[in-house]
Amino acid sequence: MELFMAKYGEIALKGNNKRIFEERMIKNIKRRISSLGNFTYERAQSTLYISPNPKNNEDIDFDETERRLLTVFGLGAVQRSLALPKDFNEIKRLGVPYLEKSLVSAKSFKVEAKRADKTFPMNSPELMREFGGVILDAFPHLSVNLHNPEVTVHLEIRDNYAYICPNRLTGAGGIPVGASGKALVLLSGGIDSPVAAYMMAKRGLALDMLHFESPPYTSERALLKVESLCEKLSEYCGEIRLFSVNLTRVQEDIRDNCPEEYMTILLRRAMMKIASELCRERHYCAIVTGESVGQVASQTPAAIICTDDAAILPVYRPVVGMDKIEIVAVARKIGTFNISTLPYEDCCTVFTPHRPKLKPHLADVKKLEARLNSCFIQNFAENMSIKIF
Amino acid sequence: MIYFDNAASTKPADEATAAFNAVISSHYANASSLHKGGIEAEKIITAAKKTILSRLPSGGDLIFTSGGTESNNLAVLGIPQPRSYEQCKIITTALEHPSVAEPVGELEKRCFSEGSSASVLRLSPAKGQSFEDRIISAVDKDVFFLSVMAVNNETGFIIDTPKIYDAVKRKFPNCIVHTDAVQGFLKVPVDGDLISLSAHKIHGLKGVGGLFVREKVRINPQIRGGGQQGGLRSGTEPTELIAAFGAAVENYSYSRTHFIELSERLSQLLEGFDGVNFKLNSRDNLPSIINFSVKGVKSEILLHELAQNGIYVSSGSACARNKKSKALIAFGVSEKDADSAIRLSFSHENTTEEAEKFALTLKAAVSRFRR
Repeated sequence: MELFMAKYGEIALKGNNKRIFEERMIKNIKRRISSLGNFTYERAQSTLYISPNPKNNEDIDFDETERRLLTVFGLGAVQRSLALPKDFNEIKRLGVPYLEKSLVSAKSFKVEAKRADKTFPMNSPELMREFGGVILDAFPHLSVNLHNPEVTVHLEIRDNYAYICPNRLTGAGGIPVGASGKALVLLSGGIDSPVAAYMMAKRGLALDMLHFESPPYTSERALLKVESLCEKLSEYCGEIRLFSVNLTRVQEDIRDNCPEEYMTILLRRAMMKIASELCRERHYCAIVTGESVGQVASQTPAAIICTDDAAILPVYRPVVGMDKIEIVAVARKIGTFNISTLPYEDCCTVFTPHRPKLKPHLADVKKLEARLNSCFIQNFAENMSIKIF
Repeated sequence: MIYFDNAASTKPADEATAAFNAVISSHYANASSLHKGGIEAEKIITAAKKTILSRLPSGGDLIFTSGGTESNNLAVLGIPQPRSYEQCKIITTALEHPSVAEPVGELEKRCFSEGSSASVLRLSPAKGQSFEDRIISAVDKDVFFLSVMAVNNETGFIIDTPKIYDAVKRKFPNCIVHTDAVQGFLKVPVDGDLISLSAHKIHGLKGVGGLFVREKVRINPQIRGGGQQGGLRSGTEPTELIAAFGAAVENYSYSRTHFIELSERLSQLLEGFDGVNFKLNSRDNLPSIINFSVKGVKSEILLHELAQNGIYVSSGSACARNKKSKALIAFGVSEKDADSAIRLSFSHENTTEEAEKFALTLKAAVSRFRR
């Protein structure tokens, strides 16, 4: 029978809390794949065995299941494998045809065997040697390459069955989403914030998103773009709530009452205040942003002092030390890059000052802030919409 | 809703949707099939083609395409390359739609890679000289291809293509003249060896257009396959869309006096208003397209604010979001004015009351958002 062996990553190392992480991960896996069919789940030896329910004779899309398993945080590896009786002759008889698809177009291979069940009569080196020989006989065009093989065939003898897998895939790693609590991401629609969200989800945070819009300065399409980002991110992050707050009044208030060069920093503070308030109401443990030191004027160390001061919670900035190329690489990997680069302005680029203040002083900023109408920030919920992904 | 964006797309005429519905529910057979169903479908296509051709110069055929962009691509990239490398000049204008400008750029590259020295001349209108004369005088014996739009999509600027066609063909009969009539068809006289059409600009449906090809003008197919439409454009013909195209053409009449009335009323209402500048607009332009700029307000902001009030307009051209309008720059408009340009485009359904409501909403928006 064909099945998936989902091997634990970092959580295999956990001590007494392991169960909590494990259960959260299984819940997340079920959420991702249950729509594809009826599966049974069994866990043993830091591996989750996911197999199609034998009572249901439906066709399950194994490729799609595999693709989805690779987006679940907590898994170190995903192996699509064939379960075989623990008998070397049977392993030969059934295993070789199963490997054909992967080996027929390859040039070199090796076998890696692991005997967890020590009662099995052959030890691991014997298994590798013998099974390697069997493969060579069946596919004479292949050669053995122990250092850099095109295909590594994994053969594992476990408690109930032997498993073979021609293609072990690296899992998403990290900690299961939700195991570390819940945080709020400031999602602008640019390249950085979705990457920040992905990175914090990888550390086990469940995430909701806060987006700011400024109609009529920004287009409705900017919001649609953020919605597609949420949809994409929910593949990794699980259920996402998107809060969208209209910030036009706040921006106009700053524009009309403060020097232009302070526009960005005052706006960032307003965003932090609204985010903090939302966190207090809804019990988030942190605010996540896509800031990267030195990238733009609002992300200089001096500016970050001013923004941080407006937050009442820790602000996580996972991309803070990454450069743009590194961030783009992650964005491409998780599929948010092509959405982020759609050409719609977000609220941050409205009223952009020609020469923003690069080294604002907190005291000056606070003095200017006193000129603003704080009602617009306090009553943000009146101009907020919520959508769930 | 007040819809002032008819140069982007129009509401399908009732006759067009009726034709579409009738064909799609009972004549769904493939027009290339040998059975009776196929023959019926072919008849529908032939009838629609006849209707459309009756509004075009005589002595040519029509190839149905997926729309204006494909027609322009087929015209520009489908023309056979000149036999002699000496005759390798292309003339076009700086006002063209990207679906002409981009293929012309591609053609330029191809000629180069064939080892010839192609040169493309992109003409802009200049003060004190008629644009048509400027184009005609630029053509010489080395020019093998001339592509000019009949009506500019952003400004409504009209180019007299029959005049250009006559003059050029009389002197240089070998020069192939292409006219992009996507905005001009049925609105101004058009002529050319190749004429591009689009159905949804004249109350037909999206997804269908055509390229008129004059007798004895040879073009190479850009889409190959089953050999439909004489092999010039393979692919099963969308009978229902073509039928709607025919119905739209049959029922279209350009309400010139109505549009003049509308645009004059709008000018009256806005002319004195601070910062509104109609310089982009001329009385010789197509009266159903108006382009003006509003000093100190980016057009995108106005556009969103108008949309909030149920009024749909465009900034420059709808296909060119966030790109600077090349056409406006070619008319000598400053970048700042181009940034705050608004395009209104009317259909016969628009009323003076709508124009009045628009003017009021615009004034309110401008006073709120002007910096």
